[in-house]
Amino acid sequence: MDVNIKERVAAFLAEHDPDGDRLEFLRARFDAGLAWVWYPEGLGGLGAPRELQSVVERELAGTPQLNAGVQAIGLGMAAPTILAFGTEEQKRRFLRPLWTGEELWCQLFSEPGAGSDLATLATRAVRDGDEWVVDGQKVWTSGAHHARWAILVARTDPDVPKHRGLTYFVCDMHAPGVEVRPLRQITGEAEFNEVFLTGVRLPDDLRLGEVGDGWRVAQTTLMNERVAIGGAPVGRGGGMVGVVLDAWRAQPELRTHDLHQRLLSLWVESEVTRLSGVRLREQLAAGHPGPEGSGMKLSFAKLNQELSGFEVEFARDLGYDDDWTFRRSEGVDFYGRGRGYRYLRAKGNSIEGGTSEILRNIISERVLGLPSEPRVDKDVPWKDLPR
Amino acid sequence: MSLLYSEVEEELRAAVRGLLADRCPPAAVLKRIESDPYDPDLWKTLAGEIGVAGLLIPEQYGGAGASASEAAVVLEELGRGVAPVPFFTSSVLATRALLPTGDALLEELAEGRKTAALVVPFAASPYRPGAPVRVADGRLTGTVTGVAGADVADVLLAPVDGRLYAVEEGAEVEGVPSLDLTRPVATVTFDATPARDVGECDLAEVLGFGAGLLASEQLGVAEWCLDTTLAYVKERHQFARPVGSFQAIKHRLADLWLDVVRARAAARSAATDGSAVSVAVAQSWNAGVAVHAAEEALQLHGGIGMTWEHPVHLYLKRAKASEIALGTPGDHREALASLVDVPGPE
Repeated sequence: MDVNIKERVAAFLAEHDPDGDRLEFLRARFDAGLAWVWYPEGLGGLGAPRELQSVVERELAGTPQLNAGVQAIGLGMAAPTILAFGTEEQKRRFLRPLWTGEELWCQLFSEPGAGSDLATLATRAVRDGDEWVVDGQKVWTSGAHHARWAILVARTDPDVPKHRGLTYFVCDMHAPGVEVRPLRQITGEAEFNEVFLTGVRLPDDLRLGEVGDGWRVAQTTLMNERVAIGGAPVGRGGGMVGVVLDAWRAQPELRTHDLHQRLLSLWVESEVTRLSGVRLREQLAAGHPGPEGSGMKLSFAKLNQELSGFEVEFARDLGYDDDWTFRRSEGVDFYGRGRGYRYLRAKGNSIEGGTSEILRNIISERVLGLPSEPRVDKDVPWKDLPR
Repeated sequence: MSLLYSEVEEELRAAVRGLLADRCPPAAVLKRIESDPYDPDLWKTLAGEIGVAGLLIPEQYGGAGASASEAAVVLEELGRGVAPVPFFTSSVLATRALLPTGDALLEELAEGRKTAALVVPFAASPYRPGAPVRVADGRLTGTVTGVAGADVADVLLAPVDGRLYAVEEGAEVEGVPSLDLTRPVATVTFDATPARDVGECDLAEVLGFGAGLLASEQLGVAEWCLDTTLAYVKERHQFARPVGSFQAIKHRLADLWLDVVRARAAARSAATDGSAVSVAVAQSWNAGVAVHAAEEALQLHGGIGMTWEHPVHLYLKRAKASEIALGTPGDHREALASLVDVPGPE
């Protein structure tokens, strides 16, 4: 299969000029099944083993690339959920422009009253003939300001316990009644938004999965979100530790023995985390997904925070190497910009996509089999829960 | 190269684990440690029937010609059982030192008829190797403390100035109280002791190889501590709930699990590629994880963890002693500074 895939890429490149129109090139790449090779044919893939994707990426390294920052939610969360739960029509409608970046996506999950306890969310969707009418407020919505579509979880039945009354939708961000307001963050910029949904009408063919099955569909999104945040392959000495090492090597006069010891410890932790990511991907490729995935985002958050904090301390610079002006950000950027920005932005890594505390609960209950804390909300209809 | 276990390795693991479960459960280890920790019959079965003694010895010398990653799986299981057998000291360290010489002794080691010990302090650093032994007229003189496996060794192998000397008789081996009851150490004294020059010896290489494999034993220690603690907190009730249902406990165990997951990847990396970087990474991570796992196990067992009758202390002692064996985590991190270009202050 390895030779085969290289031949396919070569054949594709013979037909399409990477120096021509960027969008045309990306569309053609999708149609050739070289977008994500493990997806089915006709949907950007070849039904091939997932590990072959890295071969494709290597072969196409010098060609037009996706914008990973602005497309992160579409690629990492929306696409795998649509693939798993969408109808054929939905898959054909959404996946291609999602992949090429023609249509950007955001995620309407969290609410002011429902973060870690996401299943308490209160945004209502009420059926009206062939349409649903959505009312509510979402928060921490990255990139909503340039999103064409959103994945949305809403409550469709308040009379059953909280996990059972949810339904999953694709929300049209251009529909009347969708209002996006920026949320300024500790970095000064507004990457997040509040999204107000007032009488938003969504046709029933934008529903993803069955009515009342929204929690199960959302689980797919959330699992993929954690892998997308924590499980990205990096080379030895890459990612945040690479950024810090560049600074370290460039400024020998600032090095101290104490910082050296700490940096070496962080280097080792980065490396063993990287190695378990390699091992995880080998398990996936061999068809034996291990529980290791649950830990990847947890270690990613801790390392990013420690390393970015280390870098500020190392530089001994009291300034903010960016500025505090309010601005709309283009995309999620963990490593770019300056060290002050990185330090502040990394604080979100242990909150977004599942807090580290929730991830520890998931590991201890689902991987280690420890009993859950006593639950007071399990069998109570959502409408009767104290709020 | 893969970081997963092969089928052959899993079969070997099953054989060793099965034998240890029958003949060497922690309770049996506990019973023997104060008198005579080693179980010669167990070693005979492990060495001869399962064939672990000759794993690293090529077939031409009667061994199995296996790779380091198979020896590593055996070490995981021996660590999990804190088994007092001379596999690491004889079949890994001493054997590795002897291999380049092609000496006839290899055949006896391969069959498990004899065991050997490398006469260096078990705490010797691969980055500053050396032992205070002198050689003159084919006789050795000097005292080496903290030698692991010497008390049960038939042959002592002393590295001196780039050569390896074998001593079968005439050395004084005096056992001393050891922090790790399951891996006794001794003081070895040579006093113009006749020795046979068996060939060249790159001691730093041997100690580095041992350090890389020790990470797998440390993984086994950590895994036992985690598994045993998980079982305990699921059963032990306080405040009318299993202790393991309290978030304060669950989060600690989730973090420990994540440390162990990463220790497994590090151990596999050191065993399969064996590069200086992989060895240093695995030792600087796994040594600490084993100690931390044993300390958490002790704490989360409450009062029972502090008693002699519960085997957790055997694991804590093994973990703490192996943390300083073949280089401390700090020694290995220091080595990484130049290996991966993280230079210190100028």
